[in-house]
Amino acid sequence: MISGADIMVKCLQAEGVDTVFGYPGATICPFYDSLYDSDIKNVLVRQEQNAAHAASGYARAKMKPGVCVATSGPGATNLITGIATAYMDSIPMIAITGQVRSDLLGRDVFQEADITGACEPFTKHSYLVSRTEDLPRIFKEAFHIASTGRPGPVLIDIPMDIQQNTVESFEYPETVNIKSYKPNTKGHAVQVKRAIELIKSSKRPIIVSGGGVLSSGAKLKLQKFAEMTQIPVLSTMMGIGVMPSDHPLYLGMLGTHGRRCANKALHITDLAIVCGARLGDRAIASPDQMSERTKIIHIDIDPAEIGKNVKVDIPIVGDMNHVMKKLVENIGDFKINDEWDAQVKDLKAHYQSKISTFDGYVEPRTLIGKLSSMLKSKAILCADVGQNQIWCANNFRIREGRFFTTGGMGTMGYSIPCAIGAKLGLKKRDVVVVCGDGSFQMSLNELSTIVQNNLNIKIIVMRNYRLGMVRELQDNLYNGRHSATILNDSPDIVALAKAYGIDSACVSSNEDAEKYIHNIVESEKPFVLVCNVHPDTPSIL
Amino acid sequence: MKYTLSILVENQAGVLSKISGLFSRRGFNIDSLAVGVTADPTVSRITIVANGDEYVVEQLEKQLNKLIPVIKVKRLIEGEFISRELSLIKIHCPAAKRFEVIKISELMGAKIVDVAVNTVTLEYCETVEKSATLIDLLKPYGIREIVRTGTVAIDKGKSSVQG
Ligand SMILES: Cc1ncc(C[n+]2csc(CCOP(=O)(O)OP(=O)(O)O)c2C)c(N)n1
Ligand SMILES: [Mg+2]
Repeated sequence: MISGADIMVKCLQAEGVDTVFGYPGATICPFYDSLYDSDIKNVLVRQEQNAAHAASGYARAKMKPGVCVATSGPGATNLITGIATAYMDSIPMIAITGQVRSDLLGRDVFQEADITGACEPFTKHSYLVSRTEDLPRIFKEAFHIASTGRPGPVLIDIPMDIQQNTVESFEYPETVNIKSYKPNTKGHAVQVKRAIELIKSSKRPIIVSGGGVLSSGAKLKLQKFAEMTQIPVLSTMMGIGVMPSDHPLYLGMLGTHGRRCANKALHITDLAIVCGARLGDRAIASPDQMSERTKIIHIDIDPAEIGKNVKVDIPIVGDMNHVMKKLVENIGDFKINDEWDAQVKDLKAHYQSKISTFDGYVEPRTLIGKLSSMLKSKAILCADVGQNQIWCANNFRIREGRFFTTGGMGTMGYSIPCAIGAKLGLKKRDVVVVCGDGSFQMSLNELSTIVQNNLNIKIIVMRNYRLGMVRELQDNLYNGRHSATILNDSPDIVALAKAYGIDSACVSSNEDAEKYIHNIVESEKPFVLVCNVHPDTPSIL
Repeated sequence: MKYTLSILVENQAGVLSKISGLFSRRGFNIDSLAVGVTADPTVSRITIVANGDEYVVEQLEKQLNKLIPVIKVKRLIEGEFISRELSLIKIHCPAAKRFEVIKISELMGAKIVDVAVNTVTLEYCETVEKSATLIDLLKPYGIREIVRTGTVAIDKGKSSVQG
C-alpha cells in the first residue's frame, strides 16, 4: 500500500524534480512528511509568494517546470501573485497546495480557501484532486500542460485526506491523453511559404523577438536566420538575450521604455517579423498605426495571441524552433539591400546618446553597462521592477547569459526569489540581482533563504529613496506631486544585510562600485552592494 | 452582431464556471447559455448566444480553445443552422379570457400545459424571434412568469460539430 503523499513525491521524482520551493502548514504536512525521506530538496522560502517566484527562476534556468508548494488558505492565497506573474510571463510551473479534507470542502472550515477558483484567471489549468488514485495521471498531465504549447502555471490542489489515503500501488503513466489539449507545434507549410515570399519582397524588414524565442530554445536558430539575411533584430523585454547586446544586427529593446533606435526602426520598417512576442501595450503603444504602416508576420505557439493586439498579414501558429528552422531552410540567399543596411547602421550610430551624471552618486546605467564585462559570459542577471529594471534592460550587455525579469506582470520583489531559483537551477552560473530600494524591501526576507542555502548571489540595490518609476510618472503626469513615493527613513540596508549574515557595503561612485564588484565576483559568498543613486536619474536616456 | 457558438467540452466539474468566467472576465456579454450531455456521456455541449463584433468573436473562440477541457469551438453560420429555445410562460388568465389565450396559442403553435382558476401555462419551443412574438401577444393578459432554457442549435444538413 502507498499513501497519496508518497505518490506525490514519486510523481515529482518521475518528472526529474530535484528541488521544490515551499512553505509548510497543516494540510500539506502529509506531503512534507513523505518528502523528508526523499532526495528532493525543499527550499524553505520565507513567504509563499517567493516560493512561486523562485520556482519561476528555477524554471527559466532549467528550461523545465519549477515546483512550488504551500499549505491551504493563507499559504495558497500568498502564492497567487507568484502564480499570476508566471502566467503573464509564460513560465512553466507546478503549484501544489494542500487543501482541507474533502468531506469538509465548502464549509468554510479553518484555512479553507477556494484556490482553484481564485486562480482560475491566472492558471493554464488547475486540478482539485478528488481521488488518491488520480494523482499519477494528474501530475503527468500537469507537467505536460505546464511545459508544452505556451508554457504556464498549473495548480494542483490536494485535500489532506487524499494525501493520507492509501492505494494498492504506484504506477506513473508514460503518456498523456487529453482529448482537448493538442498544441500545434508545426507551423503551417503554406503560411511559412507565404512568409518567405513576403520577406523576399520586403525592402526594410526587421525581426521583433520575444520571450517565446528563448523559452522554445530557438535562440541560435533566430541568430542564424538574422545573420544569413542580415535582418536587424529588436527584442521585447522578455526577449532580451535573444542576441548578444553587442551583436551588430541587434538594435535593443523596443517599447515605451525601449531604445530610440529600436523604436525608430520599427517606425520605418515595411515588414515586421514578430517571433514569440505578444506585442503588449508596453512594447507597441499604438498597434493600429503600426499595422497601417507595415506588413506583419506573426509567429507564435498561442493562436490567441495572433491578431489580439496587432492586425497581422501572415499568421503562423507553431513552435518557434520548428518555424525558425523552416525559415532558415527556405530563405535561400536572400539578404537585405544595402540601402536598408546602411540606414540601420546609421540609426544605431545616430542614437548613441550621452548619459548625464550626478556627482557623489552612482550612475546606474553606466554601471550596468560595465557589469557584464565583470561577470562570466554566461551570467544570469535578475532585474526587479521599476527604473532599475529599465536601466538593466537597456544597458546590460548580455553575452551568452540570461536576463530574468517579469515583463508581463511587473511584480516588484521578483528579482531576489527569482535569483534563488536560478542559482539552484544552474549552480555554476554567476547570478546577480539588480533591484530598487522599494523592490528590495518587498522580498528582503529571502536574504535568510540565501544564507540558509549557502547561495552565492550578489545583490545590487539601486537606492534612490524613491519608488523611482512611479515618482518619474508623477513628475511627468501629476505635476511632480510625489504622493506616496518617498522612501525616506528606510532601514540601513548594509546593517540589515549584515544582520542576516551577508556581507555588505554602500557606495556613492561608479569607481567604488566597480571596485567592489571586481572583488565580490571572485568570492563564493553572497553580497549586498548598495548603490546610492540620485533620485532624478531618469529611466531612459 | 449576434452569434451562436457551439462548444464541446469534457463533462467534468468546473467547466461551466471556467467558460462563463472567461466571458465576464474579458468583458463579453452572454445572451443565453445552454448545457447538456452529448451522445458521448463524457462530453457536454454548451451553446452560447452572445453579442460582439468580429474581433470579439474571434478572440472569444481562441480564448475558449485555450481552456484545457474545451474540445471544440464552432461558430454556427447564420442561415445554416436550426435553433430552438424552450419557454414556459405562465399568464394571468381568468376564465373569461381563456378562449382568447387558447386561440393565440393555437395560432402560434404553443401547447397549453397547465390551466388553473386564474392562470394558464404555455409551453413553446421555437426560435428566439418567434418566442418574442408570442410573448408580445400574451403581454396584454399579464405575464406572471417566464422560464426559458436558452437557445440550443444544430447545423442543417450533414455538417456537424465533432470533437
Ligand atoms: C507589487 C507591486 N506593487 C506596485 C507596483 C508599482 N510600481 C512599479 S515600479 C514601482 C517603484 C519601484 O521602486 P523601486 O523598487 O525602488 O525601484 P526604482 O524605480 O526606484 O528603481 C512601483 C511602486 C509594482 N510594479 N508591483
Ligand atoms: Mg527606488
